[in-house]
Amino acid sequence: MKKSLLMAATLALGCIPLAYADDVARGEKLYNVYCVQCHGLSGHGDGVNVPALSVQPRNHHDTAEMTARSDEELFKAVKHGGKSINKSVLMPAWGGNLDDDDIHALVSHMRNLCCRNGE
Amino acid sequence: MKQGILWAALILVGLGSAPVALAAGAEELVRTECAACHALERPDYEALGIQERIDRKGPPLYYAGNKFQPEWLESWLQNPTRLRPAGIFPAAAVKESEEFDVIDPDKLIEHPALTAEQASEVATYLMSLRHHDDLIAANTYEPGTIAKRMGQLNFSKFNGCDACHSDEPGYGGLSGPELYTAWQRLQPAFIASFIADPVAWDPHTLMPKSGLNEGAVARLTNYLKLIGEEQP
Ligand code: HEC
Ligand code: HEC
Ligand code: HEC
Repeated sequence: MKKSLLMAATLALGCIPLAYADDVARGEKLYNVYCVQCHGLSGHGDGVNVPALSVQPRNHHDTAEMTARSDEELFKAVKHGGKSINKSVLMPAWGGNLDDDDIHALVSHMRNLCCRNGE
Repeated sequence: MKQGILWAALILVGLGSAPVALAAGAEELVRTECAACHALERPDYEALGIQERIDRKGPPLYYAGNKFQPEWLESWLQNPTRLRPAGIFPAAAVKESEEFDVIDPDKLIEHPALTAEQASEVATYLMSLRHHDDLIAANTYEPGTIAKRMGQLNFSKFNGCDACHSDEPGYGGLSGPELYTAWQRLQPAFIASFIADPVAWDPHTLMPKSGLNEGAVARLTNYLKLIGEEQP
């Protein structure tokens, strides 16, 4: 609902609305705290823990892989962990640490990385 | 410098009253020399938000008495070896390289060391900080045994703890504290309680709250006991 309103607003204004930019900024901050340990400072799936991981963390700049996932799937992977989408347990479940708004903000940030040239 | 004067003053106070003066001195010393990096009271996590974790300079100590083994604490304060390979906030201590992010040693601090006398008094003072008696009281862990191979599988394949922690020097992830020494350093009930619900201890922990049941937590804790007891 909220999202379709947002989309409508985006189309109407022809630019990224402020609320979305806020969400991305918040998501980026959370990403830098929780996710970079595995996904890397740059989000390329190359964090400091990578040598210890038997499965490579997702490169969040990989447009093809990331667009193959809906926002709902990304949300689920973050909230309930890799296992919930038949992926590795090495992708933890963050639902006990982060609330739904936090996770939506993270999804916005990942969308920015993969698909809005968030280099 | 300031520290030296403090302790000289305490020694001058005279031997008779020394124990009391030292205890008060220990609190004073911790407040002046340690509080810049360590929380001695519970921060207002809710009001500060996630910025609290980004700005944090050292692990919280306001529940030190619920966490540490006193003998270990006293000895570590005199000879503080590194426990977290990537420091208190990994994102700030790593840099990008060709393949993956690597630790930048220039960004890690050398921890201040105390004299034997200071360490003994400071450890006693820190052990009196027990904000989380509630979490310890609620914990039901009883030490038990586990076969090493099974413990390893629980730690790595089944639960992914090795993504962030080492269970052997040189093996495992780097963003969390080394765990092959957890059993010497930490109280058993703390270990089990933290594994079960790290967020209850630290709302801004970098460790995911896994929601493991009591049996799974006990198996992991027993594994840390097993490998901890193998350490010299
Ligand atoms: C302990 C290491 C680790 C941490 C910390 C971590 N991840 Fe992951 N993540 C992984 C691994 C490994 C994979 C790949 C799983 C696979 O391909 O089976 C992954 C995959 C993902 C995926 C892709 C799922 C898919 O296949 O489409 C998303 C989305 C994701 N992580 C988001 C996050 C976010 C957001 C955070 C921070 C809140 C985070 N991760 C923290 C290790 C981690
Ligand atoms: C410049 C910041 C700084 C100061 C000052 C400092 N510490 Fe620390 N302290 C740290 C960091 C960072 C760590 C984590 C070290 C590691 O894990 O390798 C740490 C770890 C500790 C630990 C172990 C905590 C744990 O959870 O593993 C104790 C105990 C401790 N410090 C006590 C003290 C005392 C007592 C003082 C004052 C005499 C002090 N520290 C002064 C930054 C500081
Ligand atoms: C995504 C990384 C990550 C994963 C996965 C993880 N931890 Fe942690 N763990 C940490 C960090 C980081 C800390 C230190 C507290 C902090 O800074 O948030 C910690 C702290 C701990 C502590 C307390 C140690 C101390 O010295 O304070 C124990 C015990 C522990 N973890 C056990 C486990 C176990 C068992 C698992 C698997 C079920 C696990 N951890 C999974 C990152 C992780």
